[in-house]
Amino acid sequence: MGATFDLWKLIKTVLFYTAVVFIVVVSVFPFYYAILTSFKQGTDIFRISYWPTSFSLENYQAVFSQGSFPRNLLNSVFVASVTVILALFLAVTAAFALSRVRFRGRGFLLMVILAVSMFPQIAVLSGLFELIRALGIYNTPWALIFSYTIFTLPFTVWVLTTFMRDLPIEIEEAAIVDGATPWVIITRVFMPLMWPALVTTGLLAFIGAWNEFLFALTFTSSNDTRTVPVAIALLSGGSQYEVPWGIIMAASVIVTVPLVILVLIFQRKIVSGLTAGGVKG
Amino acid sequence: MATDVMAEPVVQTGVKIKSELMQQRVRAAQLFLLPMLLALAVVAGWPLLRSIYFSFTDASLNNIDGAEWIGFGNYLRVQTLDSGAVRYRGLLVDPAWWNAVWNTLRFAVLSVSLEAVLGMLVALVLNAEFRGRGIVRAAILIPWAIPTIVSAKMWSWMLNDQFGILNDLGMRLGLLSQKVAWTATAETAMTAVLIVDIWKTTPFMALLILAGLQMVPKDIYEAAEIDGVHPVKQFFKITLPLVRPALMVAIIFRLLDALRIFDLIYVLTPNSSATKTMSVLARENLFDFDKFAYGSAMSTLLFLIIALLTILYIWLGKVRFDGGDR
Repeated sequence: MGATFDLWKLIKTVLFYTAVVFIVVVSVFPFYYAILTSFKQGTDIFRISYWPTSFSLENYQAVFSQGSFPRNLLNSVFVASVTVILALFLAVTAAFALSRVRFRGRGFLLMVILAVSMFPQIAVLSGLFELIRALGIYNTPWALIFSYTIFTLPFTVWVLTTFMRDLPIEIEEAAIVDGATPWVIITRVFMPLMWPALVTTGLLAFIGAWNEFLFALTFTSSNDTRTVPVAIALLSGGSQYEVPWGIIMAASVIVTVPLVILVLIFQRKIVSGLTAGGVKG
Repeated sequence: MATDVMAEPVVQTGVKIKSELMQQRVRAAQLFLLPMLLALAVVAGWPLLRSIYFSFTDASLNNIDGAEWIGFGNYLRVQTLDSGAVRYRGLLVDPAWWNAVWNTLRFAVLSVSLEAVLGMLVALVLNAEFRGRGIVRAAILIPWAIPTIVSAKMWSWMLNDQFGILNDLGMRLGLLSQKVAWTATAETAMTAVLIVDIWKTTPFMALLILAGLQMVPKDIYEAAEIDGVHPVKQFFKITLPLVRPALMVAIIFRLLDALRIFDLIYVLTPNSSATKTMSVLARENLFDFDKFAYGSAMSTLLFLIIALLTILYIWLGKVRFDGGDR
């Protein structure tokens, strides 16, 4: 009796850890394989291997020396940073108004913000194209900063609103009794408490802007103004049939490693930020 | 909670001061909201209206300013040929459009339902207590953190017909009898897209479901254990009903996301009509085929579909926006 019970328990444990290993391997393997490929040289790339066999930095040198990849990296950093700073700046005051003050039409406003965050980007593409050309910012980073506001702003407002709503009333009470204006309350009382939330939302918005593809593809047209996702998508070899896989993988690794490191450092905060944006409605 | 308290004036020194304080707060709130609303109106509201307007004009890429109103012509128009035969033209009778609609819906339903099931499994594993749980949680964040374009490229290399590792693995394990051109063949292109999308988005689903799972009180399971309820029955009778709200929100978020998919398909299976979705087709018409007005009509229809679903979600999900539920 006892023996069969133990056997059953053993089988369950083995099955469970098999599932765990499977999840980890499937999650990590494509990235591992991209790194593996990026270190291969010449025709080695076309010899399939599951473990590192050779080590060469040739592809990385190629990425940085040919084409405009370094420039694309700088573009991406600039566009994503400015977008995030702008969105946070606009969102903090708006979130205060939406979470701490009761006024007519607040529910409706929150609904509009949520609706905008679900906008299909393609629905505004032709209108944005006209506007961006009229503003004279077509094929500049500003076209992207301008258009990325459409998804970073609603998202940051939404997450910061849910965060501010949960802060206790007591911290505000004392300031109100002292006659502080709402602006002083935001900058002196809330901001110091908001840093963790600002970092999380900022990071998530940064990732969104860093990864964006449709607008970047449409509103830039030259190698020097492109961001990295577009540059990687359009990387091609000498002929149509000759795809430079090694270089593509090296560029992919360069673009992804900073993100993966950031995400792993801010793991817990990101998960809570995602669930605030998603579940709490 | 906090907002309810806020509605009551804090300072109890007379009606006048109270209302003055409240008024000051409301005025400040309006001022604070103004920049954000203005920004949204400029980057979202106006372009949306213009896009819809273009769909009723004859605009072309090089002649946007000179666009003239042509009514519903882009959507549906009747042409009478010289022979007297009547032909219908326009988006609503365009097989390419309906093919894209079908592809989009098929992709959205298949990917989201598979992601929900797999996400639930991953969430259940992560909800159990075991050594190395942190490592698994970190590992599943990696697909989520990788940019879509990069994951599309990584997978198209892995799915490569001649040098791809997946064909090699499949042959070694005896799952494949010959090498498959995953992204190039019409029959397998959608499967390839689904594989990559599921790989990339299941973590998001799992994390949202996990957040719901962690709110289920542990003593319910203890009580069920004492009553001798089978674990499978526990799952269907306790876990599933309790995480349903979190699950539903996650599913609808993902569904809206899947309906507008563009980048993965654009990079992984370019020019394959087996996977071309509404967004891909609309962009192609807008900028590659120089059918600016026709493409605008496509994006307007896609917007309508997503808007309808969003309204349905808000209505069905009974989402409360006034914060009264907390």
